[in-house]
Amino acid sequence: MRRYAADVAVLVRKDLTLELRARDTLPAMLLFVLSALVVFHFALPAHSSDLAAKGLLWVAIVFTAIVGLTRAFVAEREQRLIDGLLLAPCDRSAIWLAKSLAVLAFLGAAEVVALPAYAAFFSGIGWSTVAAVALADLGIVAVGTVLAAIAAVSRARELILPLLFLPLAIPVVVGGVGASVVVSPGRYLGFLCLYDAVFAIISWASFEYVVTE
Amino acid sequence: MSTWSRNNPLTALAVLTTALLGASVVLIFFYAPVDQDGLNQKIFYFHVPIALTSYACFGWGALKAFLHLWKRLPSADLESYVAIHQGVIFGAMTLVTGSIWAKVRWNAWWVWGDEQLVLFLVLFLFYCAYFMLRFSVDPGPQRANLSAVYALFGVVLIPVSFLAIRLANSYIHPTVFTSSGPQMATSQFATFCVAWAAMLSLAYFLYRFELAGKRLDANLRELRELIT
Repeated sequence: MRRYAADVAVLVRKDLTLELRARDTLPAMLLFVLSALVVFHFALPAHSSDLAAKGLLWVAIVFTAIVGLTRAFVAEREQRLIDGLLLAPCDRSAIWLAKSLAVLAFLGAAEVVALPAYAAFFSGIGWSTVAAVALADLGIVAVGTVLAAIAAVSRARELILPLLFLPLAIPVVVGGVGASVVVSPGRYLGFLCLYDAVFAIISWASFEYVVTE
Repeated sequence: MSTWSRNNPLTALAVLTTALLGASVVLIFFYAPVDQDGLNQKIFYFHVPIALTSYACFGWGALKAFLHLWKRLPSADLESYVAIHQGVIFGAMTLVTGSIWAKVRWNAWWVWGDEQLVLFLVLFLFYCAYFMLRFSVDPGPQRANLSAVYALFGVVLIPVSFLAIRLANSYIHPTVFTSSGPQMATSQFATFCVAWAAMLSLAYFLYRFELAGKRLDANLRELRELIT
């Protein structure tokens, strides 16, 4: 257990160090989410309700996650880093967990900027939206990391990840939008917890088969 | 008869399927009573069995995917793929028949309040992506693994999406349609069961037929490689 945690910590540190040196994922995500919010401002006609804007916030979050996930396995694929990782004497699921945590850090950082920007551009957000975003992030990165690893193997790569990911993201959007717009969001937050738990387990168990033959 | 059917399983299955389909059509139009919805209620006997058969195909595909990952059965990958292929075909038929039914019943081609239909749309998108994935990876053990993992995600997505759509309806559509209509009479239920058996048999026949074709194709390719 301790060994596993140490492996994960090393792998997360690797990803964060790579990002600190190359800086090619997080700035792109930040710019993307801000651009998306500006586009949404012009997509909503005047006197549209705040509720419609709340829905668009979730669109922005899901698409920003896709931008981050598309970059997640670039080094592994292009520098053949994945061969080294597979040779390392660690559990394969540790690779998944570490990559998920790294993507979670990027997505969280993007949202730290995006949520205040949303509040400034559109309308204020309550604690239930923040809680829903936090819960949704967990599910998004758990599923998304496995799908990003799958997409990295295919020929279509960047093209196929959104196709694989969006049908699986629909329940996240339902939970997120529901928690943002209704008065008592407990049911929706509970649903997001359920989604996180179910898909984290299946992702954790199946990742080994994605990276090995 | 029994030796003949053992020697020609596909033909026997085709005969059985044709008989069941014929019987179900006769029962639907001549035996089952016309209820208060009128003649258009008859599409129920096609739409619901097709939808349930589609679920069965997806479930079978996921089971085969699981067996591939767990037991490494050599034939499981192809069987999983063919089952999901049939599931998508029946899923498309579900969307079409459901859409027609919605038009007749609610006068709209698409009704977001119909949970089953929305669920099928999500599943349809999901499994179409499965095909995109499969055709963009070179054949081999890795493709088999990726497809199997994605198929397992699909079978988990079915109940999760169902729950999600239930939840979404409470903030998008406050009123929930009940597509089952009034309680079924015994004759209606019997007709429904025969229709469902016919659809399952049809799906199973198509599954075996496609599988036989694919295997023949693979054997032929092997032979050709041996010759050259």
